[in-house]
Amino acid sequence: MSDMKNTMRKGRILTFEILRYDPSDLESKPHFETFHIEETPGMTLFIALNIIREEHDPDLSFDFVCRAGICGSCGMMINGKPLLACRTLTKDYEDGVIRLMPLPAFELLKDLSVNTGKWMQSMSERVESWIHSAEERDITILEKPVEPEVASDTFELDRCIECGICVASCATALMRPDFIGAVGVNRIARFSVDPADERGDEEFFELIGNDSGIFGCMTLLACEDHCPKNLPLQEKLAYMRRKMASMG
Amino acid sequence: MKINYCDALVVGGGLAGLRVAVAAQEKGLSTTVLSLVPPKRSHSAAAQGGMQASLANGVMGYGDNEDVHFADTVKGSDWGCDQEVVRMFVTTAPKAIRELTNWGVPWTRIDRGPREVVINTERTTIVEDDAAHGLINARDFGGTKKWRTCYTADATGHTMLYGVANRAIRDRVDIRDRKEMLSLIHKDSRCYGAVVRDLVTGEIEAYLAKGTCIATGGWGRIYRTTTNAVICEGTGQAAALETGIAALGNPEAIQFHPTPIVPSGILLTEGCRGDGGVLRDVDGHRFMPDYEPEKKDLASRDVVSRRMMQHIRAGKGVPSPFGDHLWLDISILGREHIEKNLRDVQEISKVFNGIDPADEGPAGWMPVRPAQHYSMGGIRVKPTGESPTLFGLFACGEAACWDLHGFNRLGGNSVAETVVSGMIVGSYFADYCKSHEIDIDTGTVEKFVAAQEEYITEILSRPVGVENIFAIKKEMQTIMDEKVGIFRNGETLYHAVEELRELLRRSRLAGVRVKSLRLNRELEEAYRVPRMLKIAISVAYAAMLRTESRGAHYREDHPNRDDLHWLKRTLVRWPDPESTLPHIGSETLDIMKMEMPPAFRGYGRKGMISEHPLSARRQKEVDEIRSRMEAEGKDRFEIQDALMHFDLPENYKDKNERFGVGYE
Repeated sequence: MSDMKNTMRKGRILTFEILRYDPSDLESKPHFETFHIEETPGMTLFIALNIIREEHDPDLSFDFVCRAGICGSCGMMINGKPLLACRTLTKDYEDGVIRLMPLPAFELLKDLSVNTGKWMQSMSERVESWIHSAEERDITILEKPVEPEVASDTFELDRCIECGICVASCATALMRPDFIGAVGVNRIARFSVDPADERGDEEFFELIGNDSGIFGCMTLLACEDHCPKNLPLQEKLAYMRRKMASMG
Repeated sequence: MKINYCDALVVGGGLAGLRVAVAAQEKGLSTTVLSLVPPKRSHSAAAQGGMQASLANGVMGYGDNEDVHFADTVKGSDWGCDQEVVRMFVTTAPKAIRELTNWGVPWTRIDRGPREVVINTERTTIVEDDAAHGLINARDFGGTKKWRTCYTADATGHTMLYGVANRAIRDRVDIRDRKEMLSLIHKDSRCYGAVVRDLVTGEIEAYLAKGTCIATGGWGRIYRTTTNAVICEGTGQAAALETGIAALGNPEAIQFHPTPIVPSGILLTEGCRGDGGVLRDVDGHRFMPDYEPEKKDLASRDVVSRRMMQHIRAGKGVPSPFGDHLWLDISILGREHIEKNLRDVQEISKVFNGIDPADEGPAGWMPVRPAQHYSMGGIRVKPTGESPTLFGLFACGEAACWDLHGFNRLGGNSVAETVVSGMIVGSYFADYCKSHEIDIDTGTVEKFVAAQEEYITEILSRPVGVENIFAIKKEMQTIMDEKVGIFRNGETLYHAVEELRELLRRSRLAGVRVKSLRLNRELEEAYRVPRMLKIAISVAYAAMLRTESRGAHYREDHPNRDDLHWLKRTLVRWPDPESTLPHIGSETLDIMKMEMPPAFRGYGRKGMISEHPLSARRQKEVDEIRSRMEAEGKDRFEIQDALMHFDLPENYKDKNERFGVGYE
């Protein structure tokens, strides 16, 4: 806490350069707008952007829900990097200048607000992001045992929060709007390790065995570099590619 | 006017709403879910520690069953709950866990053989049965007799939400996000749907349905310091309240969680203490055993939060620029355990506070202080989930007062309630939708839509600069924090009510600077904050009138739990929309129908109960029935049924199989 005590006194002036644009408004042209606010201890971009909206410009659009890095709503480009804004602390920007742009690859709603929900819904439908099993087990009887390690491996891949940061950092996704991204490949990997899902490699190949699926990946791996949940995307992309390549 | 028709309308896309929607869709109803945000971003995702269900797979859960879960929940509620609902809940919870397993929730499983755990700060070895290997594991939580909280590390809400949301996608439930309910459409005390605003375009439409279910979560954001997501503003409950027909139950029952991190208020799960973490004061002293020798750090949340504030008041807090706080120490659990089972906690602490809780000694201690966490109250509904006064309106999850939690909810019982009530209420809701028609004339619908359109137009026409809606919201949140918090008293509550009423009047003058209908947050605030204020006034006013202390509602000027006068549920109605005060009434809890009559909880302050004479009489009756039936060789299910009959839909009343004991 001593760190916070020290910064309490100073309160440097931060400079925010924020991309403003409303694609639905024919008059609107993309441009940067500059705001200055005073830094407070422990300030995150969640706190800063709300101050800007409440005190400087009520017309500024952005999305937050949990403000704790759990819900995946607030991905944006922060000084050129796709990050979760709620987990980004202003103190980490030494010169106090923070430039914000919306995540690319998603439908822009306005300013920093993008429609990741629609993209993720369509990805979920495409990879059939649900358990496939011929028969559902009776819920009044003892559950089927699962090896603790296998449950843990499934959980590891289930931690994805669909924030879209892997998609925004992906060169293929920027060129091919139908590319399923690391998030889609990871989802398939998740169901392929889950013993509750009865789909085999043939079924997965049907879903992602093409250039808008696993073979679209150029292995630049910015997805893994930026994933806020540190998912093992590189390993899973390589694993699924090997698996799918042997099918084709 | 655009009218959208469906069979079943669900407002709210978190765990409860999605589970209800799946129930309706799978019964062949066309089901629409309206959500403020994409459903997988709902606040359900923030539930960390786990879900209670009496599976009793692990050695620390042996002997657990519905009866034990029932008793823990009733005691936790400080006898404010509806015991029939608790029975419905505990009977269905094991089925819910197993259903979610089928839907892909990767519950943490049991490893056979010895395992080191921390109990009462001592490293202890427990040994799991070979045959239990691979079954669903459970951890300890506050206020429970057994280790009953099933989990996926500390991201339980997230995995549950994804499991249920993916199921809803599979079932092709019509999910529409960035949609907000402004009001309910009703006629002759029957609900027919909602007036809904698209948050992107600003367009207002009618959604008509045979039945409507509200599952919009809690109202934590009426407070400044809360663990709740920014969307938890209580406007769903406010829409029900503004009908003047539906009622809120027990709004004053607000839970303050012991361990949100300071200053952000982000939750650190109860699993921290469940797994063996402890609270420490400015001297590094573990103080909870001094106050609560039996349950220590794992008494119920209301008790721990109060003891913490009591300790801070006694000068034992740690001073900081953000006020005094205490420490949460999980470093004693070891790095390996933290990085496997408490990794989100570790991540939150590292990112927001620069503290790695796995670092040994004081370096790893995390600053915590109690903050608003949960609303036990909500839209009052019957055990079927339907409003007793506005037919065709259902509610479940945190938005409802079903009433599972009474005056204090146990940790692990909220995500459990979302899916369990989603199953039970979803079934009754679907039956209702199947047996009713949309027999409302479009002229009436038009009036409801026009009223909201006119309201928005009126807001946009207000002069700018008279009142600022953001400032009014902050004032409301400050009043709630300072005057309707953990320690309450009549005089302060009176001032809170008066100040909130004044804010409600002022909020009606707040103009907006940008006149666009599209993605206009200030406009949203301008129509939401007055609704939030109606909730806040309901909370403060009900707290002022309840002159006793029960569960999380603690009155310094009335410290006793007063069963004689206050064994009742507050009911709030708001018949006059222009008024700044609601009508407050109540319904009495019938002791003679309780399976477990009021008594001491086993933790918290002793001897602070004004007993009701019927409690002893009913206890005697219960004891007599039990001993007679036991002598007749009846089993626990038959005895329970004789004490307090309850119903469940589907096969939810079937017995639950358990490891080693079968269906006993």
